[in-house]
Amino acid sequence: MDTIKLTIDQQELEVPAGTTIYHAAKKLGIDIPVLCYMELEDWNIENKPGGCRICVVEVEGRHNLAPSCSTECKDGMVVKTNTPRVMNARRTVMEFILSDHPKDCLTCPKSGSCDLQDMAVRLGVREIPNEDIAEISTYRLDTSPAIIRDIDKCIMCRRCETMCNDVQTVGALSAINRGFESVVTPAFEMNLEASPCTYCGQCVAVCPTAALTEKDYTAEVIRALSDPEKTVIVQTAPAVRAALGEEFGMEAGSLVTGKMVSALRKLGFDKVFDTDFAADLTIIEEGAEILDRLKRSANGDENVRLPILTSCCPGWVNFFEYHFPNLKDIPSSARSPQQMFGSVAKTYFAEKMNVKRENMVVVSVMPCLAKKYESQRDEFKVDNNPDVDYSISTRELAHLMKQANMNLNKLPDEDFDKPLGESTGAGVIFGTTGGVIEAATRTAYELYTGKSLNEKVTFEQLRGWEGIRKAEVDFDGFTLKIGIAHGLGNARKLLEEIEEGKSTYHAIEIMACPGGCIGGGGQPLHHGNASILKKRSEAIYREDAGKKIRKSHENPYIKELYEEYLGEPLGEKAHQLLHTKYFDRSTKRQFKI
Amino acid sequence: MHLMVCGGTGCRASASDTIEQKLKNKLEEKNLENDIQVVTTGCFGFCEKGPIIKVLPDNTFYTQVSPDDVDEIIEEHIIKGRQLTRLLYKDPQKDETIADAKDMGFYKKQLRIALRNCGFINPENIEEYIARDGYEALGKVLTEMQPMDVIDAVKTSGIRGRGGGGFPTGLKWEFAYNNQSDQKYVVCNADEGDPGAFMDRSILEGDPHSVIEAMSICGYSMGSDTGIVYIRAEYPLAINRLKTAINQAREFGLLGEDIMGSGFNFDIQLRYGAGAFVCGEETALIHSMEGSRGEPTIKPPYPAASGYLDKPTNVNNVETFANIPVIINKGADWFAKIGNKNSTGTKVFALAGKINNVGLIEVPMGTTLREVIFEIGGGIKDNKKFKAVQTGGPSGGCLTEEHLDTPIDFDNLLAAGSMMGSGGMIVMDEEDCMVSVAKFFLDFTVEESCGKCAPCRVGNKRLYELLTKITDGKGTREDLDILRNQSNVIKDTALCGLGQSSPSPVLSTLNNFYEEYLAHVEEERCPAGQCKNLMKYIIDEENCVGCTACARVCPVGAITGEKKKVHEIDPNLCIKCGACMDKCKFNAIFIK
Amino acid sequence: MGKIKSLADLKNMKEDLRNKVELREKSDHPESLVQVKVGMATSGIASGAKEVYNYLSEELEKRNIDALVTQTGDMGYSYAEPTIEVTLPGQEPIVFGWVDTKKADEIIERYIRNGELVDGIIPQNYETIDDK
Repeated sequence: MDTIKLTIDQQELEVPAGTTIYHAAKKLGIDIPVLCYMELEDWNIENKPGGCRICVVEVEGRHNLAPSCSTECKDGMVVKTNTPRVMNARRTVMEFILSDHPKDCLTCPKSGSCDLQDMAVRLGVREIPNEDIAEISTYRLDTSPAIIRDIDKCIMCRRCETMCNDVQTVGALSAINRGFESVVTPAFEMNLEASPCTYCGQCVAVCPTAALTEKDYTAEVIRALSDPEKTVIVQTAPAVRAALGEEFGMEAGSLVTGKMVSALRKLGFDKVFDTDFAADLTIIEEGAEILDRLKRSANGDENVRLPILTSCCPGWVNFFEYHFPNLKDIPSSARSPQQMFGSVAKTYFAEKMNVKRENMVVVSVMPCLAKKYESQRDEFKVDNNPDVDYSISTRELAHLMKQANMNLNKLPDEDFDKPLGESTGAGVIFGTTGGVIEAATRTAYELYTGKSLNEKVTFEQLRGWEGIRKAEVDFDGFTLKIGIAHGLGNARKLLEEIEEGKSTYHAIEIMACPGGCIGGGGQPLHHGNASILKKRSEAIYREDAGKKIRKSHENPYIKELYEEYLGEPLGEKAHQLLHTKYFDRSTKRQFKI
Repeated sequence: MHLMVCGGTGCRASASDTIEQKLKNKLEEKNLENDIQVVTTGCFGFCEKGPIIKVLPDNTFYTQVSPDDVDEIIEEHIIKGRQLTRLLYKDPQKDETIADAKDMGFYKKQLRIALRNCGFINPENIEEYIARDGYEALGKVLTEMQPMDVIDAVKTSGIRGRGGGGFPTGLKWEFAYNNQSDQKYVVCNADEGDPGAFMDRSILEGDPHSVIEAMSICGYSMGSDTGIVYIRAEYPLAINRLKTAINQAREFGLLGEDIMGSGFNFDIQLRYGAGAFVCGEETALIHSMEGSRGEPTIKPPYPAASGYLDKPTNVNNVETFANIPVIINKGADWFAKIGNKNSTGTKVFALAGKINNVGLIEVPMGTTLREVIFEIGGGIKDNKKFKAVQTGGPSGGCLTEEHLDTPIDFDNLLAAGSMMGSGGMIVMDEEDCMVSVAKFFLDFTVEESCGKCAPCRVGNKRLYELLTKITDGKGTREDLDILRNQSNVIKDTALCGLGQSSPSPVLSTLNNFYEEYLAHVEEERCPAGQCKNLMKYIIDEENCVGCTACARVCPVGAITGEKKKVHEIDPNLCIKCGACMDKCKFNAIFIK
Repeated sequence: MGKIKSLADLKNMKEDLRNKVELREKSDHPESLVQVKVGMATSGIASGAKEVYNYLSEELEKRNIDALVTQTGDMGYSYAEPTIEVTLPGQEPIVFGWVDTKKADEIIERYIRNGELVDGIIPQNYETIDDK
């Protein structure tokens, strides 16, 4: 590869051709401020509109300043990143941006984790000239079950557009109008709810301000906790424990399972359970379904559609219901772990506890925003009482804990409650890309071959970081072909293959978010640092490795549940409580403006 | 005998089509339809005085013709050979009528290359274009020249992009030529968006074939078989003429496959712009053609490497293309001799503002502003004093008296703090307030900013607000420093050329008319008397007789005073409607 | 009109089409041409001016004389109709009266080609607007 020699702030360096000034400066330890620019390494995700103009630098011989994020280095270039001209320009541009931004930082949901706020502090903006006459562009608030759009706070960084259109290929958000009136919105300015939005929350995950935030249900949770009539139980998704620590200053990848349990207990939840339990349950049902389809297919049943697709990710379910309704028969009919947990809690467990359904409140802590919407789906309600009452994100849990004067670092480790808190390593790895299919493989292998995996429960070929992965697992002579995609744009590619009849997989795992649930829209903000996501994934595998039981079908409480209540996997009771059906929503969504 | 009736949009708007029809009817009535040809032409450029009819061969130039004049023109001029003096052009400076267009100051200094056929041929008739050497350049290129020869010729001619950027056209073609690809595109930028500018429209309306021919030549030189004209949907006549021309060219085998037996294929499609100013910027234009939001992106990659549908694309403006056939026919050296060393050829300008001859002109590069304004433009209206000329459209700058003898070319205008732009030229007189002028242009940029980069999206809005503060008389001296700093930063940091040049009207007026700004902020006075909020209506004690007429007419009760005693206006209540002044019979109310 | 298949085709077509715009081109610089104005008001036409006009137009072209033949109104010499005014480049205009095709032929050959005066010249009795 060609290399290029240049000088930045009097320091000479060599970089590969194609390197931007921003990245070259980084190598020298020069930290040029960037605002709209965002990059997630390893996934080829880059938002580089060159729109905010904060990262400008002086390039000798050029008549104007160059945006360092999108200007490639050239041989002999002389760059200055901190001249008075540059610093003045940077601050003035920042003043421009702030002059069109609400000044309600104190009460803003993003306060403290806002990129714009950080930048204002960093650039030392103290005053906005003629603020009294500066008009602020305004737009209506758009509230959905999962995501709130407060476009007054949008700074047109376009990160959300990159995620929604380029990465997720959902196409719900794009810029409309011109100049000062420009806003990022669904087509025809319809509300998010009426748009093809899947609530994957990746827009929220990258939004530098509070223009896109989660719908916060913590107030409802507090109200339920303070109601003596209610039995409030909580379930926590596997990816939460691998990220919650970050909100309390811990290093990325810290596992805080025990501390989280004790925090939840202290918050007043009557029972602290684990979504991992329901994940094990999912594996039993989904694994049975995979084996059933494979067997029937092998016996020449032409009605069987393969590959089977996983169905635990609600963003993904929304995606195929909206974009690929003709494929709605392919995904497994198994409900997601969150919803399996809810229905088991409000039947089996409620009966056990002798609590009436309406007096039981199920709260879920999820790395995800689509879970909020999923919990409100009509098919997951009985007499209008939802199986899961409130779904809050990892971030919301952290806020709740901080309000309750808890410092996660100082909390003791505690164990989940029984029976719905007992889980295996297979349930834990649901939190990262490839995990669901690995968990399913552990169980399906033993059931199919009748042989034990013993200690060899890990399938390295299913792990990894590439957007689309293909793997084969030898089932004692039968080769199971597995596809894995994370990020909806990658999922789309696999789905198009299926539509075109070119797909050769038996089973495909799909996660809407890059990295799987660890990179969910409800997780602590990564601020463009992809290594955080990797560390969370490592933590998940660490937790699995430390578990005594690592195969879902060996979870003793799952066995008990079937014996006492559900009967057989795919049986009638199981079908009623643990399975669902999908809808063609391509035409159902209507314009609601 | 030929009756050339202007069919440009301006003249059409004043019923030139009715005139044309009436002429034809009248000629039929007189059995003269075979002897006298009525020809619809493109714009003559002298739109100030439209509709225009030119009678050939005697070259009589009739201005402001109405349909009612038709009978007289036929009876008197055609049949009896007497010119209708009342329809002749009247020189505003000498107060005499001029019959022959050649003698009019408006045409005297002009050299028409891009506009060579405008007002001369019927744009809807390809035969007339062919008769005027049309498609000969294409024929020559296809049969006698290699692609690189064509590019060399364009390079040698020295022609630079007429759309505003001034980038050497030949180099652009060469870049597109050097980028290998299975598919390349030639794009004609006809998204003319500067307020008051209509050179491209006139060329497309008056001589569409010149653009078609040039695009084909470009296609041959860079290796493209597809041309696309991106034209604003607000140009229906130009679109129609272009469509007609494309169809005719296809019929004649001048577009399509194996053109003139050379094996070269080329055809042209149209794309309509929805009227966003920024889509005149080539990357934004390409995004718009692709169906995306019309927003510029950072270059590189240049369109020549990755343009429309990521294929090598060459984008040139209409006027640039219109010059190409002449360069090929007359030779690059011939062209290079016209104009200045670094700015060759001619440039079309749209003259507007406080000038006698508003219209479209084409002059050799290097013509001075004075020649354009005072000779071609006929000087300032109503014999007022010249104050400034704004060149380069909304993002250009205002030049003053001291720049009048500057030869117009790309580099000189830039050096003077303005730019060539696409050729808008707005003349201002002593009654124009330069702060308000800057505000006027900012208003346009604020409206037309695409919203992608912060300096242009927000910064220009802030400049506009600050200028409003100043014209309201609330500005301070510190505001002027803020204004300058913000303008400089926008210029320094905006993403595209449009954004970078958007503060030019502010910077150039700050530089050239600082005193006027100072008067606004320090004395709360608008020297030009244009800023309403700085006007003060005052009652002259000497003249006021206390008739109470003013007090009674004042809509806000700002005037008080006893009968037969001197009245007084409360400046805090006064809304400056001027009703009192109109009402006063004693000239007792004046504006300060 | 068929397709143009070669540059030669195009050039041939152009030659055929020249006359379409020739008049307009020439009128841009008439001082270098022979200008012939034929008085073609009602009285002129009645006495055969149209015939003369057509004859002059065709013949001048045939004889390769760069000339501009135009119609004009009544010249005021009703007694001498048809009348034509001929202006040779750089010379004062001369008006001929009683022109028929034969006379026209003479005018072309003798006056226009060779500058010899021929019979029928009418002294001018007014100034045109061009003279001012």
